Amino acid sequence: MVAQILFLVFTLAAIVLFTVNFRKIIRNIRLGKAVDRNDQPQKRLMTMIKVAFGQSKMVVRPIPAFLHFFVYVGFVIINIEVLEIMIDGLFGTHRIFHGLGGLYDFLIGSFEILALTVWLSCVIFLIRRNILKLKRFRGTEMTAWPKSDANYILITEVLLMTAFLLMNAADAKLQTLGVGHYVTAGSFPISQYLQALLPSSENALIMLERGCWWFHILGILAFLNYLPYSKHFHILFAFPNTYFSNLEPKGEFTNMPSVTNEVKAMLDPSFVPAETEPGKFGAKDVTDLTWVNLMNAYTCTECGRCTSVCPANITGKLLSPRKIMMDTRDRITEVGKNIDKHGAEHQDGKSLLDDYITREEIWACTSCNACVQACPVNIDPLQIIMELRRFAVMEESQAPASINAMMGNIENNQAPWKYSPADRFNWAEGN
Amino acid sequence: MEFKVPTMAEMMAAGEEPEILFWVGCAGSYDERAQKITRDICKILHHVGIKYAVLGTEESCTGDPAKRAGNEFLFQMQAMTNIEVLNAYNIKKIVTGCPHCFNTIKNEYPGLGGTYEVIHHTQLIQDLINEGKLKAEGGESFKGKKITYHDPCYLGRGNGIYEAPRKALEVLDAQLVEMKRCKSNGLCCGAGGAQMFKEPEKGNKDINVERIDEALETNPQVIAAGCPFCMTMLSDGIKLKDKEQEVKVLDIAEITARANGL
Repeated sequence: MVAQILFLVFTLAAIVLFTVNFRKIIRNIRLGKAVDRNDQPQKRLMTMIKVAFGQSKMVVRPIPAFLHFFVYVGFVIINIEVLEIMIDGLFGTHRIFHGLGGLYDFLIGSFEILALTVWLSCVIFLIRRNILKLKRFRGTEMTAWPKSDANYILITEVLLMTAFLLMNAADAKLQTLGVGHYVTAGSFPISQYLQALLPSSENALIMLERGCWWFHILGILAFLNYLPYSKHFHILFAFPNTYFSNLEPKGEFTNMPSVTNEVKAMLDPSFVPAETEPGKFGAKDVTDLTWVNLMNAYTCTECGRCTSVCPANITGKLLSPRKIMMDTRDRITEVGKNIDKHGAEHQDGKSLLDDYITREEIWACTSCNACVQACPVNIDPLQIIMELRRFAVMEESQAPASINAMMGNIENNQAPWKYSPADRFNWAEGN
Repeated sequence: MEFKVPTMAEMMAAGEEPEILFWVGCAGSYDERAQKITRDICKILHHVGIKYAVLGTEESCTGDPAKRAGNEFLFQMQAMTNIEVLNAYNIKKIVTGCPHCFNTIKNEYPGLGGTYEVIHHTQLIQDLINEGKLKAEGGESFKGKKITYHDPCYLGRGNGIYEAPRKALEVLDAQLVEMKRCKSNGLCCGAGGAQMFKEPEKGNKDINVERIDEALETNPQVIAAGCPFCMTMLSDGIKLKDKEQEVKVLDIAEITARANGL
């Protein structure tokens, strides 16, 4: 009974805490500007099914795609086991689903095989990060915290899977010994090999089985509450992020309606502009970005595929699309904390541009869309870069001198170079 | 040129409408290297007998470099002025010689009142080949030559056009070799996003050199391009590598014109 009450308390506490933090993230995302992404629901659903569920963009890199697929499938399917643990924990039962008979044996057997593949994949991931030190996991933005974050996630998953398999091994051994409520149920294709390592005393086995059971479920609850602080949040946000992703051609940039009004008024004095939201052009801080940009930031799992294909980054420039996303998340988190502490009106005098992302970074972008194409969950770092440029150019007139010269040429000569418009057709005279 | 390139103004004066407007673009109008490509596109249009016209001195920058640099005001000023001209001439279909113009007019003009059917010149060439109007005969033979094609970002990733330019090369019976990074994974030449008009930020290599190194790995005789800015970047790279004699950088339109002896 005490165990059941404790279980209930832990579970409720975990759910409440998670809900509080989750709602804070949703509130932070809503600090972003409006953008309509509710059109074409069918196409959006298909995109989500293909990209998030089907992981279609992962296959570009087969080795990590393969390993990630194991972890993903393992994570999703082993959660069926969590359902049983929940019921057992709340009602004091043991292996409540064992009545399913052959199906139960099949399920437990599959979970074991998946647990092993998850375990192996995570160990390989740890080796890739910490021993092989792949270039993709390095870079200036991969400071102490992001590196630890990745390792915490992988180590936790290894431990959870170990506990799951040890629990089964102990359970199976207790079943063979015919101890108390340990009914004969399940098949143990993997953990049977662990049995030899276990103690033979009944009490020690029960301690081990219970210990692993509690470790497994408390670990999962703790992990759930780690998500809002971690890059691992992508396991939840990959789905809405792909659903609400941009469906237009990647080359198309938004036409700013506020500018359209002013330009129309300039070209035609009789034009009466429709009501639009006044405000600044482009983005200086995260709250000038759209909610989709902010959701992108929370979805980023810092895999670095974007940065590894960025022509600027490849050639040693400061720009790293992954850093753009990480900076955006860090800044919106900071803005959210300020609201919690000092209220919604508080200004801390900081901004995304300059305090997090430098001018040198935004001007190094070739707008080639390689980062957007590479992202397995359809994050768009380019849009953030462009919004920062728009602010720098339209609000501050702060562009590199040669860019100003180019724009001056367009204004005066209708071409980005200093040629006379009268000579525009001279090409037809050549051979 | 051996024939006169018709302008919209002349067509209108004669009470005629072209089948297609050829949007030349700033690079195609002023850049000496790109002017050759422009003339070759006209030669192709003339050769197959499509009724076409250009805007001539009435053409103006689409606003693309201004928009990518963050100057939405200047972009929309250019766009609306251009749309006014295009709509006044009742333009329905446009072929561009530049993927940047193509992307801007196709994707960003409709929201500002300019809706046209827009194609890139490599798509036009693909269509003409498919219709049997264009072959690869009567000119220079590319048979067996090693050609590698560089995907322009605003044609490839930006608009998903990967096959048209390759189709135009396939008819040559040449040996097409792909670079390691090609199609949706293609590496930028370094000119996009208004980079063409500024010095690159501090780094350890120029992007076009990175790209040329990769192109040269395929040991090509021709590097094919579809964008005047890529053309500049790739040609500069080849010059830097001192390979101008061995490797030619040619636009798909130039290759097509040469293959047909135009």
